[in-house]
Amino acid sequence: MDDFNSDTDSDYTSYWRDWFISSRGNEYFCEIDEEYLTDRFNLTGLNTEVQYYQYALDLVTDVFDFDCDDDMREQIEKSARHLYGLVHARYIVTTRGLAKMLEKFKKSDFGKCPRVMCESQPLLPMGQSDVPNTSPVKLYCARCEDLYNPKSSRHAVIDGAYFGTSFHNILFQVYPAMLPAKSQRRYEPRVFGFRVHAAAALARWQAEEREKLKERLRGERIETGFEEEDEELEEEEEDEEMEGDGFEGAVVQQ
Amino acid sequence: MSSSSQVTESWISSFCGLLGHEYFAEVSEDFIEDDFNLTGLQSQVPMYKEALEMILDVEPEDDEEEEDEDEEDEEDDEILGDERPTGYRRASDRRHLRIASDLSVIESSAELLYGLIHQRYITSRPGIQQMAEKYELQHFGTCPRVYCNSCKVLPVGLNDSPGHETVKLFCPSCLDVYTPPNSRFQTVDGAFFGTTFPSLFFMTFTDLDIGGGVRSNPSSAADALLAIQAANREAKAGNNTTPANVTSINGVAPHNLAPGLGPGNIYEPRIYGFRVSERARSGPRMKWLRMKPADVTELDETRRYWEDRGEDGDRPDDDDLNMVDVADGKAVDRRKKIVGRTRRRANGNAGGSPMDTNGVGAAG
Repeated sequence: MDDFNSDTDSDYTSYWRDWFISSRGNEYFCEIDEEYLTDRFNLTGLNTEVQYYQYALDLVTDVFDFDCDDDMREQIEKSARHLYGLVHARYIVTTRGLAKMLEKFKKSDFGKCPRVMCESQPLLPMGQSDVPNTSPVKLYCARCEDLYNPKSSRHAVIDGAYFGTSFHNILFQVYPAMLPAKSQRRYEPRVFGFRVHAAAALARWQAEEREKLKERLRGERIETGFEEEDEELEEEEEDEEMEGDGFEGAVVQQ
Repeated sequence: MSSSSQVTESWISSFCGLLGHEYFAEVSEDFIEDDFNLTGLQSQVPMYKEALEMILDVEPEDDEEEEDEDEEDEEDDEILGDERPTGYRRASDRRHLRIASDLSVIESSAELLYGLIHQRYITSRPGIQQMAEKYELQHFGTCPRVYCNSCKVLPVGLNDSPGHETVKLFCPSCLDVYTPPNSRFQTVDGAFFGTTFPSLFFMTFTDLDIGGGVRSNPSSAADALLAIQAANREAKAGNNTTPANVTSINGVAPHNLAPGLGPGNIYEPRIYGFRVSERARSGPRMKWLRMKPADVTELDETRRYWEDRGEDGDRPDDDDLNMVDVADGKAVDRRKKIVGRTRRRANGNAGGSPMDTNGVGAAG
């Protein structure tokens, strides 16, 4: 924050958005186009959500020109960040916004899936609610279709509503080529080489559910999206040989 | 390397104090000094004797007078090979000159040796107790998965021999493994913890409430609603939730069986509030990975097996029938048959009684 003050006190016209997205902790945000921000239609309803709405908007669009004390200034800045976040949630589901976020996704700007079997699949930020101040941002892995907490505490405080509940799903609808192949490999808890019964029984039950899903999809003539079936066979063969290994199929990761 | 002569800190505690070594327990010297615990390690670790001396802070002394005797002793050692890993006891026998390059080799050998001993130690009674204390203090961190509600995790290796994989974290709540969040753990070999430790840990401490008491997930009203819907659906289908009198399923208390999985703990993708259909190309495909039957007695495969077979001569007593473990061998058989077949048919094919052994339970 000190950075910002020293920066802007001397020169209000330095680009607020540039500063915002490049400052530490804001790595998940992309830059919102000037045109998008200045189109009032895109901001519908936000004036009731954000305090000092007009000042905040001026600050974000670099036309802030208002003399006030530091406390007020701080308030306005806070509002500006909130406003930016809320507009961001809307912007990233537009064509341009999606493209920008896709680039960041490809660069793994949002981190990689911590799940070992996902093999460093890049993540996408998401919120569990579209209402601000409900829950912090989470990360979505398209490979295991699960949600993870950000590693860094500076990301764990970002509001999830700044990304919304729909964005990551829309991204894969718009760019289906980005969908990773789903992996059927999983971790098998073992003790001295033997599968742990409770976990193995659950895994068998889950595998049954998976086969039911595949059956349903095949019935509808829809691609299952899983990795090659023959690959699965291969894994099972290896499984026989590699008894005592922690992996099902004992496939070594890259 | 005269750090051992300073009484300040032992090699073991300084090793465990290094950055990135936070997961290690301090192996007691008693454990290391028992040769039985070191069986077979001599062939895995280069400069074994020196490494062991370093770990135990045994100061090699150069005693000129005993040199002749020493030579004989060393020859004996060489002849007897693996059968005599006791050489380190005669620390004063060493005539090896420790030069700088040697030291770094010994140092890395010592780390390897310590890691391999550590793998064994943490499955021993005092070791697992020590790890339990570290677990309680959350030294290993928590599960990154949102629906696991920061469940405490344990370190695990994906391979028992060194040099394959770095250390991973096992979450008992979702029964999955994760990469440690901090990159400093990516230099720690997974074999130093081994594949057995976390599962053995939860078999040993069955009273732990691994869900951490946080059962419901208040963060998402939509998901809570979904959980209720799912529960209702199950109820209508005749599958009620787990009967309250079930105290153990497959050797695990129902509330400790993957508490982070099941209805309400599965992410439901939505766009503008509408669920994404599984028929969509981008629709959900991985829910099975986080599923759990609403009634966990469905997982009692033995009872289902006998129920399907109906009357049979060697049907076991009802006491044995409930929640007993299934033989491992049969489990493997069935796993291979799983593709494209139903569980029941596979059960039938397995033949014979699955009641022969009680393998996993005995391991604890």
